[in-house]
Amino acid sequence: MFSNILIYFVVIPVLMLAGLALCRNIKQIRAVAVTGSLALTALSVYLLVDYLALRQVDPTSPMLYVQAWDWFKPLHIQLAVGVDGISVAMLILSSIILLTGSFASWKIDPMPKEFFLWLILLSTGVFGFFISIDLFTMFMFYEVALIPMYLLIGVWGSGNKNYSAMKLTLMLMGGSAFLMLGLIGIYYHSAANPADLTWNILTIAENSSIDKNWQYFLFPMTFVGFGVLGAMFPFHTWSPDGHASAPTAVSMLHAGVLMKLGGYGCFRVAIYLMPQAANDLAWIFLILTGISVVYGAFSACVQTDLKYINAYSSVSHCGLVLFAILMLNTTAMTGAIMQMLSHGLMTALFFALIGMIYGRTHTRDITKMGGLMKIMPFLAVCYVIAGFASLGLPGLSGFVAEMTIFVGSFEHADMFHRVFTIVACCSIVITAVYILRVVGKLLLGPVYDEHHLTLTDAEWWERTATVTLIISVAAIGCFPNFFADLIRWTFSPEIFTVIGMN
Amino acid sequence: MEATSLLILAIPLFMFLFLGLLGKFMSHKMAGILGTAGMGVTLILAYYTAYLYFFSGAPEFVSEAGQRLQFIVFNQDWLQFYDKLVIRLGFLLDPISAMMLVVITTISFMVHLYSNGYMRDHHGVYEHGFQRFYAFLSLFSFSMLGLVVATNIFQMYIFWELVGASSYLLIGFYYVKPSAVSASKKAFIVTRFADLGFLIGILILSYYTGTFNFTELTSISVGADTYAVNLGTAEGIRNIFNTSAAPIFMGGSVLTWALVLIFMGGMGKSAMMPLHIWLPDAMEGPTPVSALIHAATMVVAGVYLVARLFPLYLMEEVSLTIVTVVGAITALYAAMVACTQIDIKRVLAFSTISQIAFMMVSLGVARPDFHEGLGYMASMFHLFTHAMFKALLFLGAGALIHAVGSNDYTAMHGLRKYMPITNITFLIGCLAIAGIIPFSGFFSKDEILSSCLGNSTIAYIWMSFVAGLTAFYMFRLYYLIFWWKEHKVHAGHHAPHDQPWTMTLPLIILAAISCVAGFIPFGNLVSWNGEPYDFMAHFDWGVAGVSLAVAVIAILIATKMYIKENPLPEKMRNALPALWTWCHHRFYWDELYMFITHKIIFGGICRPIAWFDRHIIDGTMDGFAYVTNKASYAIRGLQSGKVQMYVWVYLIGALLLGIITAICLI
Repeated sequence: MFSNILIYFVVIPVLMLAGLALCRNIKQIRAVAVTGSLALTALSVYLLVDYLALRQVDPTSPMLYVQAWDWFKPLHIQLAVGVDGISVAMLILSSIILLTGSFASWKIDPMPKEFFLWLILLSTGVFGFFISIDLFTMFMFYEVALIPMYLLIGVWGSGNKNYSAMKLTLMLMGGSAFLMLGLIGIYYHSAANPADLTWNILTIAENSSIDKNWQYFLFPMTFVGFGVLGAMFPFHTWSPDGHASAPTAVSMLHAGVLMKLGGYGCFRVAIYLMPQAANDLAWIFLILTGISVVYGAFSACVQTDLKYINAYSSVSHCGLVLFAILMLNTTAMTGAIMQMLSHGLMTALFFALIGMIYGRTHTRDITKMGGLMKIMPFLAVCYVIAGFASLGLPGLSGFVAEMTIFVGSFEHADMFHRVFTIVACCSIVITAVYILRVVGKLLLGPVYDEHHLTLTDAEWWERTATVTLIISVAAIGCFPNFFADLIRWTFSPEIFTVIGMN
Repeated sequence: MEATSLLILAIPLFMFLFLGLLGKFMSHKMAGILGTAGMGVTLILAYYTAYLYFFSGAPEFVSEAGQRLQFIVFNQDWLQFYDKLVIRLGFLLDPISAMMLVVITTISFMVHLYSNGYMRDHHGVYEHGFQRFYAFLSLFSFSMLGLVVATNIFQMYIFWELVGASSYLLIGFYYVKPSAVSASKKAFIVTRFADLGFLIGILILSYYTGTFNFTELTSISVGADTYAVNLGTAEGIRNIFNTSAAPIFMGGSVLTWALVLIFMGGMGKSAMMPLHIWLPDAMEGPTPVSALIHAATMVVAGVYLVARLFPLYLMEEVSLTIVTVVGAITALYAAMVACTQIDIKRVLAFSTISQIAFMMVSLGVARPDFHEGLGYMASMFHLFTHAMFKALLFLGAGALIHAVGSNDYTAMHGLRKYMPITNITFLIGCLAIAGIIPFSGFFSKDEILSSCLGNSTIAYIWMSFVAGLTAFYMFRLYYLIFWWKEHKVHAGHHAPHDQPWTMTLPLIILAAISCVAGFIPFGNLVSWNGEPYDFMAHFDWGVAGVSLAVAVIAILIATKMYIKENPLPEKMRNALPALWTWCHHRFYWDELYMFITHKIIFGGICRPIAWFDRHIIDGTMDGFAYVTNKASYAIRGLQSGKVQMYVWVYLIGALLLGIITAICLI
């Protein structure tokens, strides 16, 4: 079983959990967390290299490292794994964010052991989700990733944490209910012959036996189910409250990786398996996500809590991800995945920095802070860089992702798509407004609170976390073609039949 | 060649990273010297490249017929969208990019040198963040050089954004000052808004043509990596649009829309009305920055953009007319405002807006059938000479501000005796911008007026009037700084004096260039299609005489009004109070924008949306939770655990069922 490299993405977190259970003090906990997440990062980078080499040999199969073990025969449930370029990219993203998240939680208090246990359990779900190609195990891992969030926010959160934790969990569970319905529906239509029913994504896509009417029912189910986690308007309101109350590392993982689960599911399940419905119904969701993009950005303009600003900004950016996925062409969908990577890294950086600033000033209200550039230059400069990445400065990741999306969206020549593309384009201006507003109020200008003058700049573990993220953001921004090639391969008309439809 | 051109971009980028990351580990002086030296090397390489391009006569630079060609030195794939549509990062050498290399590196080097003296206080102590300043200057130089050598419109957009960001960083250099912070924010957002138009323009253009490359939009291939500007290609592009599914959109052809949207980007960066409001505020940055970015280089990017796509603009006369009209209105507006400002940097800022508008008008009126596209050459010529004398004026202003410690001419007056070098160089700058023979501005402005005359008499009269205003407000400024009256505070120990050599040397060099640049045979070097011509053959002495007369009269009026303290200006102001007030308040554009952003966008869109989100969308979600909660409270009484009650319910239920069954059976 362990001959498949992908299994290690679940094995390592499980080993980490065991290791954490044995830990006696904070130093051991840190050691386990950092070693484990470093191992995961190394593994994912190795996987990337190996994947590229294997891809040279096998340029046709939709997924590599495909393997399946029976789990529950009567219902055809398997533990099936397999990855393509997108999953590999997502695994790298997740491991980097877990690593930096561990550094950002260096001083977590109280109950560090329990915190890390839940955090690693959550990551187990994330990694498991990205390697699975069996709908049932995929869903299982999805739930494993969601549940710990309740405790992580409820116990280690701040502010109105009980409310937020409950709200976040219930809304996402609501999404899961839709999703489950959709997945079971897919299962029962996965093959013509009841004996051949399967949960395996690749087989379902190959059979393409879901008839059109069922697609019309199942597509919205799965899309909305995943879309809730992707912060799709109007199911996004868990995001501002949830992020505002969550502790730093949880915000990072949640916005950086968990919200990507939503986008990933949307194209891997909803669009991949139900191309006909995707093609016919995309316009409905295009309207919703188009609204998300500007709506989130406008809302972010008037928030005063740093985390709310970032949460609404995430609504806007993740809206762009779903928006681009729904454009159903190679370029825009490639851009969507790049935006997922970009947003994951950038927003993790933001939340890490907000956590660090909050840890010092004990407020997140931008009207009660100012002139931090003078007090903590390192953090401030990092914040400016994160801001530039967010507003799409060339050389950082946001630009390439957004441009790919816009160029791809513009390939649709009809008025409907044109109008929504231009509306989405407007977000680049609004983003600049709210980012510069924060930078101006928070970092620049005179020092607002005399008490802040005694605060210190970043410690080494904080520097490690932010610098790692900045380097990743710059890597995507400076060498976009590498990532674009990695991703684009999947979005060919041969694999995604919907792309050939228009 | 390839190594040289790579280095031109790589050195400033390296200096940015080096000074930005390691700057705090070195002394201020070291950072200044390294930054200046890096720029010096870039300057030499750029000059060498331009020299090779213009004078070596190599077959990739000039065809056998004498036409100057476009040569792609290198072109690296950066991001591929689909098979044909690729963003490349490359280096395109043609007359205007070679000219811009010279302009940018010259001014940038002068500013690097100058800042060694400027960014210190009177005791020679370096300002806080000196290394950061040099890092940002290098970043700007890198971005600007990358912009002008762009081989495709998307590369231009990339560096366009980067110059915007470096401008933001430099305007906000004194980040503790709230005014600097808001000025930098304003500059970024206004230009970003304009860039939205630029982006959509690019999207339209690339969607129909399937390419970003300038060479494929405006030129034909005449050899390996070598292209010649050709109207036929542009006509082909127009045909693609005309034969597309929907060639007309809202009354204009789609190509016109694309070009106008792209021009909107240019309006933002080049501060054309109504997107000009950021430039006067941008003067919050250190003065050398104003000289480099907000006078000589970045703000002409819009002109450069239109010049770059000129053959396409020629295809749609409407778009050129729009360029002309926007330029003409801006030129007059900015010149009128400049007559009433007190802050000397703001006068120069409005003067910059007005002069860039001259270049825009010149492009707008240029036609290949009139004197071989004289307007195009004139525009580029003016860009060149303006860069030199405006940088000179700004650096002179910097010297004055540094000496006096204030931006207002009211704190200056009568400085000619104290700062003789500044006085003379500033005077040369004023003469050049006013268009007095033989200074450089005379020649370039005259070409512009000639080409206006060739297109429309109204444009000619309009622009001549603006030229007169230019001479007037520049000499008003000059006299109010250096003459008017003796200032009492100037006496004694703290008397203002000329600045160290690092500051005066650039002034002298730029003044020298301003004196002689007019005699450069520009037509031989730059023309819209690369075919050289002798522009003195097109020189219209009639136009020259009129414009010279206008300038001299304007200067005489200024002399009469401002050389000595007298009540004339006061009388003038009282004679036209409304006009003066409107000009002084810059026609209330800032207030209008304030109203739009704060009241309409923030108050009318953002706040309602935020409220809607919290109370309607989120309220609905909370509502579900509330209803669920209430419902469970309401029905929990049923699970009371009282057996008697359960029996009652059971009996009643059974009875009801029995009755219903009975009814159904009957």
